[in-house]
Amino acid sequence: MSDAAARSATAIAADVQAGRVSAREITEKALARVAAVEPRVGAYLTVLDAAARAAADRVDACIRAGERLPLAGVPLAIKDNMALAGSRTTAASKILADWVAPYTATAVARLLAAGAIPIGKANLDEFAMGSSCENSALGTTRNPYDLERVPGGSSGGSAAAVAAGEATIALGSDTGGSIREPAAFCNVVGFKPTYGRVSRYGLIAFASSLDQIGPLAHTVADAALVYDAIAGGDPMDATSLDRPVEPASARLRDDLRGCKIGIVRQFDTQTLGDDVDAVYRRAYRDLEALGAELVEVTLPTADYGLATYYLIAPAECSSNLARFDGVRYGLRVDADDVREMYARTRAAGFGPEVKRRILIGTYALSSGYYDAYYVRAQKARTLIARDFERAFQSCDLIAAPAASCPAFRFNAKSDPYSMYLMDYYTIPMSLAGLPALSVPCGWVTPDGSTRPMPLGLQLCGPLFSEPLLLGAAHAYESATGHARAHRPALDEAVDHV
Amino acid sequence: MSEFEAVIGIECHVELKTDAKMFCGCPNTFGGEPNTNVCPVCLGLPGALPVPNARAIEHMLRAGLAFDAEIPAFSKFDRKNYFYPDMPKDYQISQYDMPLTQGGAVRYWLADGTLKVCRLTRIHLEEDTGKSTHAGSSDGRIAGSTFSLIDFNRAGVPLMECVSEPELHGADEAVAYLEALRRTLLALGVSDVKMEEGSLRCDANISIRPRGSRELGTKTEIKNMNSFRSVHRAIESEIARQIALIERGERVTQETRGWDEARGVSVSMRSKEEAHDYRYFPDPDLTPLSVAPARVEELRAQMPERPWQQFERYTGEYGLSVTQATQLIDAPALAGYFDRVVAIAGNARAATNFVLGDLSRLANERSVAVAESAVAPEHLAELIALVEAKQINSKIAKELLERMWDGAGSPRAIVEREGLSQTSDPAAVAALVDGVLAAHPAVVAEYRAGKVNVAGFLVGNVMKASRGKADPALVQELVKQRLG
Repeated sequence: MSDAAARSATAIAADVQAGRVSAREITEKALARVAAVEPRVGAYLTVLDAAARAAADRVDACIRAGERLPLAGVPLAIKDNMALAGSRTTAASKILADWVAPYTATAVARLLAAGAIPIGKANLDEFAMGSSCENSALGTTRNPYDLERVPGGSSGGSAAAVAAGEATIALGSDTGGSIREPAAFCNVVGFKPTYGRVSRYGLIAFASSLDQIGPLAHTVADAALVYDAIAGGDPMDATSLDRPVEPASARLRDDLRGCKIGIVRQFDTQTLGDDVDAVYRRAYRDLEALGAELVEVTLPTADYGLATYYLIAPAECSSNLARFDGVRYGLRVDADDVREMYARTRAAGFGPEVKRRILIGTYALSSGYYDAYYVRAQKARTLIARDFERAFQSCDLIAAPAASCPAFRFNAKSDPYSMYLMDYYTIPMSLAGLPALSVPCGWVTPDGSTRPMPLGLQLCGPLFSEPLLLGAAHAYESATGHARAHRPALDEAVDHV
Repeated sequence: MSEFEAVIGIECHVELKTDAKMFCGCPNTFGGEPNTNVCPVCLGLPGALPVPNARAIEHMLRAGLAFDAEIPAFSKFDRKNYFYPDMPKDYQISQYDMPLTQGGAVRYWLADGTLKVCRLTRIHLEEDTGKSTHAGSSDGRIAGSTFSLIDFNRAGVPLMECVSEPELHGADEAVAYLEALRRTLLALGVSDVKMEEGSLRCDANISIRPRGSRELGTKTEIKNMNSFRSVHRAIESEIARQIALIERGERVTQETRGWDEARGVSVSMRSKEEAHDYRYFPDPDLTPLSVAPARVEELRAQMPERPWQQFERYTGEYGLSVTQATQLIDAPALAGYFDRVVAIAGNARAATNFVLGDLSRLANERSVAVAESAVAPEHLAELIALVEAKQINSKIAKELLERMWDGAGSPRAIVEREGLSQTSDPAAVAALVDGVLAAHPAVVAEYRAGKVNVAGFLVGNVMKASRGKADPALVQELVKQRLG
């Protein structure tokens, strides 16, 4: 085993369970890998050496005691907007740079209970607002496939950690594409479950009605394993759904016979350039070759997704981020009175993108504008969800790009709107609350570069169709094997399974 | 009568009595060391989420039904956004346009027994904030303080906000309204409603206008009243202040004033606040609430008698005075006892006299509540029946009651066992009278000489000879007859 963390979670858990290797050995190897590549990748804001070793020893003791743990010894990266008791939890913001969480997020707790080892807290765009990880106030994360390029965002640290072999699995959060886009950029699988499937308790809120935790992993099978461990209702989250979860791991399949896959007329890939267009056309043909029937579907309101999202998400964030006021925790910049202290603290603590969204959201909720902006956006959201419902009357799943381009260079998207456009293909699904994932689907070499960069195919299903969705993605992944075509641009080879 | 009429609206905040806080599992208790009764949720820590307390929602529905409010099928929680240091999330979870109940009214009564109605503008459910203490200034006020301490023990306690229409016209009505509100919530068991502990807090909006006018004058809001008595004083003082201003040709300024109980005056706190934009929007952390009509009907069916209904029953059906009725309504255990006695004895007047008279006196003397005493309602009803049937007289009844208090049990059994039945046989009484007259010839002679008040001495001796059992009226009659 050359790189423990780069092997599949399934294989690691089986080995640890069988006693062929200890969780502690796996953990030491993962920490060594982190030490070796982290200076170049920068996936983590905090490496949890001590907590990881302690967790590994607990897992080994459980295994010796005869317990069965589905993720025994599997190295895990946790996006740093999720609380882990005793660990610094920053949301990549100066305002929380030194905040230590006194409690653990439900999804994190479920993975730890399943035997996963917390290797570190992964970088993100500040408060998960961004698509490149460049909005992190606390560190730079580089794309392991080209260190000159961004890893995507906002779960860029999670995607990079998995891609660089610094973790086998990762938790990310997706509000408008924040799992799927970085997964596509970093050649990993990223899965956003149905809204409400995974508890948000302990996830630092960006936009509560959209935020959803999900896995990033090398393979669909690993993502399914994580999903099975974290899904299900939580009494601590009133928006989590208390309906039975059908394990997705049991529904992985090798073909797509009998599956109707919708290609969205409005998502014309030709506008993305010839090479990107070719990858997606090829991907759709591969789906067909696996037995799927391709049908054209229309999402007439999809074009309004971006505008709708950029009213609802900022509106919610303007309220969610009010609590960062310097009174109880986090950064405080003192002043003569409390109003001035608020102003100075928030001016110093929040980065420009966060401030921009707080301003947009405050405006959208203001009296006199509320009906014109927030209420209309909610109506548009309902129409978008209805479009999907209609589309799913003629297909089982929808296939689309996960992002409009491969990973770009740092500082390439200098105006906010071009950055917002990165999520054009992922936002409609988020607004509709649908489960969607990105699976590697091919490579393009961007202009002026010699390194091929990965692209992601987005698959999306109706509400609660996670087993079908993951099953289909597994069939596509097994048949095409795009992820294995290239290796990260790090000195050491990464031994993929 | 003044040429001005006061127009008053009352805004109350009532802490609901639940085991846990509104959106987390922390116990809902009063007091405690600062910041010991807190968790990630009620501290508003990053990532924490609210989960509504079903019990608090049920309390709201029951209160709404008790005030004859409508219960809509759907309701939701909204966020009220504003920055305040003792509000952990810098927004308050509240209810804006779709509260759990709509409309409703409080029925209250005045000292003269008039029943009145004050409509409610709204009742809604929200969460309480923490409590700030300002330090470093001489008077504990924020002005001049150098730092503030915040206790979040109270943060997240379920709070019912209850706003009345401006339909109260004086301090008496305002306090009577508050008393009715308090009694109703107590009867439902949804709150302790204690102003001293802050589980009932209220502000009054007060304006005056020329009597007969329909327009509303400029209002002031009075805060910091910590008892019904201080509400009464503060309102009277504010009405007088406003009248004096108008009579001097000045104007009332719209402002918030704080009541200073010690000095008996209100002091301006802040003038017309800049209009706050709370940016209400539906809380995305909480799903809309649906209330099944069947559940509403179930709660309606379980609704106890409301205080105003009890008042009507006592003063109307039972003929109690306003004071007696109010006294009973404000002592629910005693009222329950009283109702049982009346139900068995069927004689409300006698029950009132015993329960509010001799029994309450005994209860006071012995420091034991009537309802917890050894006197079972059935036994008191028996005693009333014995008096009604003239089997015993009131003197014997009083003696029996004391013995019952000490655990003697059924009065009928005692009367039978000890032969205490009243002697109403004219022949037997006449024999006793003759005996007494024969024994006191001098007294008889005095009477006949015109000193008629000595008859009492003779009657007393007859009663004594009967060991108290003779019918006193019969004894009187026979004594006078024999002397005459």
